[in-house]
Amino acid sequence: MESTTLPPQDAPIRKRRSRRLRLIAVLPFAALALSGCTLPKFGAVAGDTTSSQSVFHLWQAFSVAAVIIGGFTFGLILWASFRYRRSSADAIPRQVQYHLPAEVLYTVLPILVIVGLFAATLVVENKVTANPKPSTTVNVLAFQWGWKFTYPGSYALVTGQTTGSPEMVIPAGENVHINLRSSDVIHGFYVHDFNFSRFAQPGIKNEFTFNALKTGTFFGQCTQLCGLYHSIMFFKVKVVTPQAYKVWLESFNTPAGIAAYNAANTAASQQTSTHVDTKPTSSSGAY
Amino acid sequence: MTDVLNPTHIQTEDHGHEEHHGPTGVLKWITTTDHKVIGMSYTITAVMMLVIGGLLAEIIRAQLASPTGGLVSLAQYNQLFTMHGSVMIYLFAGPFAFGAIANFLVPIQIGAPDMAFPRLNALSYWLYLTGCITMLSGFFTSGGAANFGWVGYAPLSNSMNSPGAGADLWIGALLLTGFSAIFTGVNLTATIFYLRAPGMTMFRMPIFTWNMLVTGILILLAFPVLTAGLIMLYADRHFGTHIFSVAGGGVPVLWQHIFWFWGHPEVYILALPFFGMVSEIIPVFAKKPTFGYKGMIFATLTIAALSLGVWAHHMFTTGVVLLPFFSAMSLLIAVPTGIKMFNWIGSMWRGQVWFSTAMLMSIGFVITFLIGGITGIYLASPPLDFFTHDTYFIVAHFHSVVMALVLGAMGGLYFWGPKMTGYLLNEKLGKSQFWFLFIGTQVFTFPQYLLGLRGMPRRMAVYPHDPQWQFLNQLSTLGAVLIGISTILFVVNVAVSWKKYPAGDNPWDGHTLEWFTTSPPPHHNFYRLPKIRSERPTWDYNHPEHKALAHGHNNEDVNA
Repeated sequence: MESTTLPPQDAPIRKRRSRRLRLIAVLPFAALALSGCTLPKFGAVAGDTTSSQSVFHLWQAFSVAAVIIGGFTFGLILWASFRYRRSSADAIPRQVQYHLPAEVLYTVLPILVIVGLFAATLVVENKVTANPKPSTTVNVLAFQWGWKFTYPGSYALVTGQTTGSPEMVIPAGENVHINLRSSDVIHGFYVHDFNFSRFAQPGIKNEFTFNALKTGTFFGQCTQLCGLYHSIMFFKVKVVTPQAYKVWLESFNTPAGIAAYNAANTAASQQTSTHVDTKPTSSSGAY
Repeated sequence: MTDVLNPTHIQTEDHGHEEHHGPTGVLKWITTTDHKVIGMSYTITAVMMLVIGGLLAEIIRAQLASPTGGLVSLAQYNQLFTMHGSVMIYLFAGPFAFGAIANFLVPIQIGAPDMAFPRLNALSYWLYLTGCITMLSGFFTSGGAANFGWVGYAPLSNSMNSPGAGADLWIGALLLTGFSAIFTGVNLTATIFYLRAPGMTMFRMPIFTWNMLVTGILILLAFPVLTAGLIMLYADRHFGTHIFSVAGGGVPVLWQHIFWFWGHPEVYILALPFFGMVSEIIPVFAKKPTFGYKGMIFATLTIAALSLGVWAHHMFTTGVVLLPFFSAMSLLIAVPTGIKMFNWIGSMWRGQVWFSTAMLMSIGFVITFLIGGITGIYLASPPLDFFTHDTYFIVAHFHSVVMALVLGAMGGLYFWGPKMTGYLLNEKLGKSQFWFLFIGTQVFTFPQYLLGLRGMPRRMAVYPHDPQWQFLNQLSTLGAVLIGISTILFVVNVAVSWKKYPAGDNPWDGHTLEWFTTSPPPHHNFYRLPKIRSERPTWDYNHPEHKALAHGHNNEDVNA
């Protein structure tokens, strides 16, 4: 590498640039600290679970960095193209090819920003993928083209296909542990208002936890192409109060409910699947 | 050949005696091993694939203009987006870059008479053409074309879920075009390492040639993996193996590992050639050397190295690869990509920017790629990927990227088309094509970003429960129509300009060796070569008093 000696008049420019550098590197963290109280939403939703809100704040931090860096770069592109329009067909500008300070700046500065974004990512990822002690467990089975929700330790069973939109009932304010499986191809379990999706895959059990902040009904649907009726493989998540949830679970503990539960499981095990649980007693899911 | 070895010897007249006396007409196109003719065949075929892929996209957008669709059935829709993605990725973007432009250009840019293995080169083209026909013939089978998405995820792509012949034709086509790509990779790498003219050291190679070298190496690393995966998939479908099926003890997610181990380097196999094209076009129309030439080369090498360690960022939502390593590697790619971005800006900085069509396309590329690049940074973060994966946010992200490549491709055609054919294209039509393409691209992608954030998943034929998405979808469809008009303008331009505006050897005051020879170049490319003492031999020859300033001399007074 050739050594570079800079003329003295370059020094103040460098100082100003390094101040700008520090400012930009700090901004994502500042944005995260602000926690979205005053920041725009950048098109996303805050979400209705605890972890979805963390994801939303991460989204805002990334967006602030994106708007600043993207806007700055966009401005430079426009400036460089319009400010330096050719004055005549014969004019030849100075043939500058290298400017070491600028090159170091646009290498180091992005690295700093990336380190910041990665740190924020780690914090939020650990939170989103954590599986704290659950108070409720739901076994979710995706199939072409519908969903089946069962609740270990009870006879509750909800299943439905395509636009039938089966409802997954969960209590608000509690850690709800989801065991996600597929009996055929890959499906995507996606709830927009929870800012979350996860693949349902044959042969793999995916586990994650929701803690819903409020009651209500939220739409979900399959996001991973799974064949003909992929577009209409809907479901709903119905968040109710813990009391209402208990009442709902108990409502299946009737002769009719038990019979329906057993019938569904017999039918399922007679078909093909080796993944369907047969006993409602296991708390970790019998898959 | 003696002239190549004796670069100072200048031969001005009697070009005629070196003329090549081969077959002419159709026979020439079928029997040729000349990299220029093969490059032209590739160009014509690839542009036809672009038009076919574009037509499929227009049908998709027309269907999505209404929540209940109605134009095509659910089954047809699955075929449409599968074939749109497959045609664009496998049959247009890659082959256009490394088969068409690079095939034509790389030997000329390094002062070579042809590719290292001319007959292998011809084989590449015929495999590619066969692959195109094979894939498209899926539409004419009773079950229709492949319908499991261009990624062909197992187990949806197994014989139970996708029984038709269309799926087998898709696999066959990918094997054919895969071998075509591998042979081209071999050819490019060997040509660049062994056939450079005297004086053409590695660090005097044009950026485009550098990018094609790295692309060639990436092809050699990535494509054999895809080929192996396809053979496994075919064996699962027809020979009773259970590599990707749970029932037989296989692992479906293995397909995703194999596919994306090819798939992410493939992103750069597609992108690097277009980065290279733009890196050639911008400095020429700013009348400056490529800013940060060496930094740009190292950035390219860094991108290639990182691209081999990021495949799992396509699989965050599988839940089986949540290692922060993949997130860090993916985020890091923003650094060398940013270096390129600033190199392009720096090349224009204090230049004399000439807004030719090729330059407009290149600036359009830089802006569109900036959008696609920045939205890509979000996706490197697993928590953000969880809620955008498989939604229209992803669709918008990669269409920003690939539409930037289309802008770059058009820039390349306006820039090097005259060198290939000897005739310029009409600039006025070209500029209107640019505006339709550029504005159309943004109108096409921006609503899709919003749709993704509002929860619209990709690969949806209908959205009956969400009529509120209709307006944004219609806006996106309008963008697709504008892009369609730009394509029509291009075809009209080719027809209108047919043999009308002779280009001359060097219409743009170019920098590199291709502008030193005739348009189109003679059979073995050169009658003579200039001295090669920098990466801009033609510029140095034409402007000996305006050589690039060395390191550290940027603050000198102009007239000092």
